[in-house]
Amino acid sequence: MCLAIPGKVLSIESRYDGTVRMARVSFGGIVKEASLEMVPQAKVGDYVLVHVGVAISVVDEEEAQRTFSYLREMGELDELKEINDFLPDENQNASQ
Amino acid sequence: MKFLSEYRDPEVAAQYLKLIKKTVTRPWTIMEVCGGQTHSLVKNGILDMLPPEITMVHGPGCPVCVTPVELIDQAVWLAEEKGVILCSFGDMLRVPGSHKSLLEAKAQGADVRILYSPLEAVRLAQTHPDREVVFFAVGFETTAPANALSVVHAKRLGLKNYSILTSHVLVPPAIEAIMEDEQTRVNGFLAAGHVCTIMGTMEYYPLAERFRVPIVVTGFEPVDLLQGILMTVQQLEKGEARVEVQYSRMVREEGNPRAQELLFEVFEVTDRWWRGIELIPMSGFRLKEAYAPWDATRKFDMPPGEAKEEETCISGDIMKGIKKPHECPNFGTRCTPERPLGAPMVSSEGACAAYYHFSNLAKQLAQ
Ligand code: SF4
Repeated sequence: MCLAIPGKVLSIESRYDGTVRMARVSFGGIVKEASLEMVPQAKVGDYVLVHVGVAISVVDEEEAQRTFSYLREMGELDELKEINDFLPDENQNASQ
Repeated sequence: MKFLSEYRDPEVAAQYLKLIKKTVTRPWTIMEVCGGQTHSLVKNGILDMLPPEITMVHGPGCPVCVTPVELIDQAVWLAEEKGVILCSFGDMLRVPGSHKSLLEAKAQGADVRILYSPLEAVRLAQTHPDREVVFFAVGFETTAPANALSVVHAKRLGLKNYSILTSHVLVPPAIEAIMEDEQTRVNGFLAAGHVCTIMGTMEYYPLAERFRVPIVVTGFEPVDLLQGILMTVQQLEKGEARVEVQYSRMVREEGNPRAQELLFEVFEVTDRWWRGIELIPMSGFRLKEAYAPWDATRKFDMPPGEAKEEETCISGDIMKGIKKPHECPNFGTRCTPERPLGAPMVSSEGACAAYYHFSNLAKQLAQ
């Protein structure tokens, strides 16, 4: 029940005499309503994280790349280390 | 789907797995706190892919599982004796109370409804002015703002026939209770990403320091979980105990200030009983005095609970990470998702149900 999924804001409208901001949010084509009360900064086109009918966060698109760049960095570092492992012993000692 | 499918990419997952295997040199026990993460770890077969040095144990982060039996009895009582429209999330309906579940009450004619959002319950109250509508508001910090919002909406709309029965629990006091237990074997935590989306990461610094445990705020997709486990193992291997955020696309250090503002407008922190565990001081929310008209426990004269529990259920030990579901003698025999003896067998986010479904699936695949 703690499921929260990201969806794209298609449109925003106010309800209850303008006191409540509601959005139509598309989850891969399935459109549902969500309240934007917790994310006043959300705009049309943003991706928001929706939980039980309430958007709780705007996805940080730059940060979203980090999971993949982290892997690249780690992978590269690892390869360097692997090359190092193949170097002759004296060489390693010499560089230390 | 954007921001979802890429975190399910088997190749990326395989690379993280490779890095975990390279990094780990000693046995470590890591607890994921959130039931959604337990479900994802089991469903995606991650538990079987991890190197044998890593033991994952499954924390108390399934709100359905830790809601006290008295509250379920009270919800049944409201639906049956008071004739209210009792609404809740689907999982809540099958949890056994001391006499019956909400689903059984529904089958016997009570007006019990499954809703996706508490805001729908407010709408029900609007369209049924002659009926009392009660929303059974369970959940962790993630769900609390939505429940608070429903009360605020009801107040704005001047609705007097809407109230909530709250069973809100908080993650940091649970981590504290787990680490204070002498039997604990937890070396590191994956903290629940969505909880931190609301509350931020500040509350976790003192915990990491006091108990010398790494706490990595992690998401829910396979790649998220594997990265979270890798970050935890890296810290453990280096002897570090820091708070780190894997789920940075959704979590900021300060959390969601607007949501927090709303939470503390409506709720105040209180002691809470956790089903299967114990009373944990200052571990939940209740409605503030100013919102008493929307508090079901103040509005209705609730009967005292009896709290009849199945004595042989070891859910407390499971949720503290001391035991695994298949170590329970009832697992898969007397206790199944169709006929659950304890709450962790009910919700798909409960550890017992997750293990049960998964071992069945494994059996089917082997045939
Ligand atoms: S298998 Fe059933 S009885 Fe055993 S701990 Fe899990 S819920 Fe309780």
